[in-house]
Amino acid sequence: MCLAIPGKIIEISSESANSALVDVVGVRRRVDLGLLEDDKPKPGDWVLIHVGFAMSKISEQDALEQMRTLEMLGESEAAVQEVRGYGLEETETKPLT
Amino acid sequence: MKYVDEFRSPELINKTAEEIRRLVDRNRHYRLMEVCGGHTHAIYRFGLKDILPANLELIHGPGCPVCVLPMGRIDDGLSIAAKPDVIFAAFGDMMRVPGTHGSPLEHKARGMDVRIVYSPSDAIKLAKTNPEKHVMFFAIGFETTAPSTALTLQRARKEKLHNFSVFCNHVTIIPAIRAILDSPDMRLDGFIGPGHVSTVIGCRPYEWIAKDEKRPIVVAGFEPLDLLQSIVMLLRQLRVGEAKVENQYKRVVPWEGNGAALRAMAEVFELRPYFEWRGLGFISQSALRLREGYAEWDAECRFDVPGIRVTDPKAAQCGEVLKGVLKPAQCKLFGNECTPEHPVGALMVSSEGSCAAYYNYEHRKAALVTTLSALA
Repeated sequence: MCLAIPGKIIEISSESANSALVDVVGVRRRVDLGLLEDDKPKPGDWVLIHVGFAMSKISEQDALEQMRTLEMLGESEAAVQEVRGYGLEETETKPLT
Repeated sequence: MKYVDEFRSPELINKTAEEIRRLVDRNRHYRLMEVCGGHTHAIYRFGLKDILPANLELIHGPGCPVCVLPMGRIDDGLSIAAKPDVIFAAFGDMMRVPGTHGSPLEHKARGMDVRIVYSPSDAIKLAKTNPEKHVMFFAIGFETTAPSTALTLQRARKEKLHNFSVFCNHVTIIPAIRAILDSPDMRLDGFIGPGHVSTVIGCRPYEWIAKDEKRPIVVAGFEPLDLLQSIVMLLRQLRVGEAKVENQYKRVVPWEGNGAALRAMAEVFELRPYFEWRGLGFISQSALRLREGYAEWDAECRFDVPGIRVTDPKAAQCGEVLKGVLKPAQCKLFGNECTPEHPVGALMVSSEGSCAAYYNYEHRKAALVTTLSALA
């Protein structure tokens, strides 16, 4: 929950300007852009994601460093698991462990 | 420092550590508090303590939302979930947190409908796909997660989603810092300010700490170099008797915060007159509840909430550890009755709690050294 996960905006949803497809180390999920209303990101931009919501725009270099920080903190797996869980794709079938 | 070689620019880290040693007055004892649990975890994980001078002490602050949530709130949330046709949805971090009669995970094993969601908006999705059930989202977190809950509630109201509610446990960081500064047994020289909370609230809300309390505060990132640089910035201020708010994490934290997030929070939430924090007691205006316009989506308005209060076990000294009066290992229960596998106190539950961080890195390391020397 407290993880800040860096992701790259792939495309903005055609149905809602507040939803974007984001890539986090190869995992693609929908992320909410509603909290970046004042400074909307474009495809190709990097964002920091908290609990499924993009919270800030960051540079590509900072995004890569953030991923490395997560790795060093032993949290990169948890971050990827969190992203996989967005949209309930995995959580509906996966038992709690 | 154990990870120094893997990290970018180790020479920069060594230089910064040297600068810290140069700035420290040998005849003075420094007590700096890192407010955020993420920082606590990073400090132990990176072994930063090993390279800091002995007279510079890092005190672990209250910034771990799971750790400061009183057990009674978990019991209250679970009592709502025990009603027929209610789905209890929460972040994974909540699942192992003990209530009086077990954690949400244990309740699930006994048949309660408990689901992990990774985002509050997925709780809405759960409500839409289960129209015959009521989905209660157990909301938790500081200002990092509160805006997401706010936006989710705005959408639920807009879409007139009637089988969804939020059991709100969001807390705010500033009153907790104030409570710590007001505590008579506390002496602090400065603060390492939380990184991600500040992306939302910005740096301005900390100004009273500098102006009225005359303590420097530096908002910091989470890499080893970030933390060391923020310590340098604090020491530079302390050396000349200054106290101001500085931002070391400019690459992510704007001085003014995130306007859209603050607007969403202001529209949905209001301050509770008071709220209980585990270890710290009742703190006035330290937590959020839903405004009247959202009563229909407020689990506390919609359901009878027993308002359970559970006293922490007397022997557990979480309060003293939270305020930095005691080190984790100085608590009577640490490492024997209270471990990450069987947490008694709140600080042992989350990996960001200071007791769990200390146990996982320092305590295990010390145990290994003892075993090895016994074998030698």
